[in-house]
Amino acid sequence: MTDTLTDASPLSFEEALEQFDPVLGFEVHVELNTKTKMFSSAPNAFGDEPNTNVNEVCLGLPGTLPVVNGRAVEYAVKLGLALNCEIAEYCRFARKQYFYPDTPKNWQTSQYDEPIAFDGYLDIELDDGEIFRVEIERAHMEEDAGKLTHAGTSGRIQGADYSLVDYNRSGIPLVEIVTKPIVGAGARGPELARAYVSAVRDIVKGLDISDAKMERGNVRCDANVSMMPKGTTTFGTRSETKNVNSLRAVEHAVTFEMRRHAGILAAGGTIVQETRHWQEGTRTTSSGRPKSDADDYRYFPEPDLVPIVTTAAWVEELRSQLPEPPADRRRRLLAAWGFSEQEFRDVVAAGLLDELDETVAAGVAPAVARKWWMGEISRLANARDLEPAALGVQPATISALNALIEQGRINDKIARQVLEHVIAGEGAPEEIVTARGLEVVSDDSGALTAAVEKAMTENPDVVEKIAAGKLKAIGALIGPVMKETRGQADAGKVREIVLAKLGIDG
Amino acid sequence: MSEISRADVEHLARLAHISMTEQELEKMAQELAVIVDSVATVSEAVSGEVPATSHPLPLTNVFREDEVGHVFTAEQSLLNAPDAQAGRFKVPAILDEE
Repeated sequence: MTDTLTDASPLSFEEALEQFDPVLGFEVHVELNTKTKMFSSAPNAFGDEPNTNVNEVCLGLPGTLPVVNGRAVEYAVKLGLALNCEIAEYCRFARKQYFYPDTPKNWQTSQYDEPIAFDGYLDIELDDGEIFRVEIERAHMEEDAGKLTHAGTSGRIQGADYSLVDYNRSGIPLVEIVTKPIVGAGARGPELARAYVSAVRDIVKGLDISDAKMERGNVRCDANVSMMPKGTTTFGTRSETKNVNSLRAVEHAVTFEMRRHAGILAAGGTIVQETRHWQEGTRTTSSGRPKSDADDYRYFPEPDLVPIVTTAAWVEELRSQLPEPPADRRRRLLAAWGFSEQEFRDVVAAGLLDELDETVAAGVAPAVARKWWMGEISRLANARDLEPAALGVQPATISALNALIEQGRINDKIARQVLEHVIAGEGAPEEIVTARGLEVVSDDSGALTAAVEKAMTENPDVVEKIAAGKLKAIGALIGPVMKETRGQADAGKVREIVLAKLGIDG
Repeated sequence: MSEISRADVEHLARLAHISMTEQELEKMAQELAVIVDSVATVSEAVSGEVPATSHPLPLTNVFREDEVGHVFTAEQSLLNAPDAQAGRFKVPAILDEE
């Protein structure tokens, strides 16, 4: 037991994996998006003034009694089913007792040896399409704690002079999903960690039981990591990195812990079983508190609540309400849309799967829908520092713009302008085109032919090349024609006119 | 006679944040042993497959509709706070976890 060796330098990721295999485990907390809290009728809402979404139950005032939110139980069962779990026919809440100011009752109402869901699994799709099965130990119901702000000279938890507590979060319904130890991920451990949390997030979003915004703490991950020497099967001592709250951070935290453990073990040291804190700035973890007898929570069944009994009929009714699993849906859409794997992954990564699906459903070809969302809409959103979905572009708008292009009434460039006007709230594409006179210059009045003739006169060298058979040179005439028609010319028509004038068969 | 040691009581007292003197620890260890023995006689009286009871009423599934009820103002919430700042309860810093 050489404590100084706990400071041994981390190995490189490759060196770590030459000597050790990782064993991973995840505890993901999901905040449910019920209207009210788990055990009281106070509102479950984010971003309000401190201590204004609380009542006597959330504050743990003496003599107050909890009453279970039926919808939260329903959501927990649905989540259990989506995780391929067994649903308990009978289960109870339990008190988990500890003293900390984020929990005013001095216990957290949770579940102990009788979780509502258990023995499930989730098939996780890695970046290259390989499927890795993660076994789920349990998913249990509990309540969230209040939010502490550590204040004082340093601004950090160490050296804080005092803490400020906001109990708005106290009592928000949570489901905690605990995996069994994950063995065999090897070098793909960090990637699997990210993919697993991402999959859980997609599921709760698909079920519409959580807002699923990691940046708001709706989905939070504690990552357990240990390393065992290659060829052995006895798990090493683990560390638990708390509250890693972005997908990228989950991946990095697991990477760092694998390297840190390997460094200590390779130097002959021992791992201290402790919680670790993720440090975003340095992409490292720092020591929290050691696991000690303070973790003796003296659980016992909550005497103020009665047991929950699920019937097969109720569980089956909830099962029938489950949406298509996100992974199945992705496979189906990939096949239906005919994108390349990379194109599809980019759409998923951009969070635009729902938007594309709706746009295709509105009658737009998948490739066209992708071009709009991944191209112009993403660009406009980016310029405004928004998510593309937050621009408020409706599938019907894309459909209308596309129809205008196909009818030859506007070109791509004008369509992009029209989209900007739609976003600015000027109305539907059709109205904007009419109101702003953006329709492609037709040649009824000979205006387009006049513009083409002018461009040809001014660019005799280009005309010469075209006449010599270099049809690509027509592109050099498009610009001047567009300028003349204020961008409202149809490039195809310009080409036709040029070729006709030169007597060439297009 | 059950074995409830002085160390057991000391451990529990620390977990429960209760300060106890040496004499109190000794006395409590003896008294708790008697209580544990008394409870043990109950398990002699029941046979076989009787599940432990956690609630005296034979009820299950007592649920509430998910509808917002009354809520405190920040002022009301903080009425019992020993100290407050910026609408929040102010408490001594505890070096534990974030």
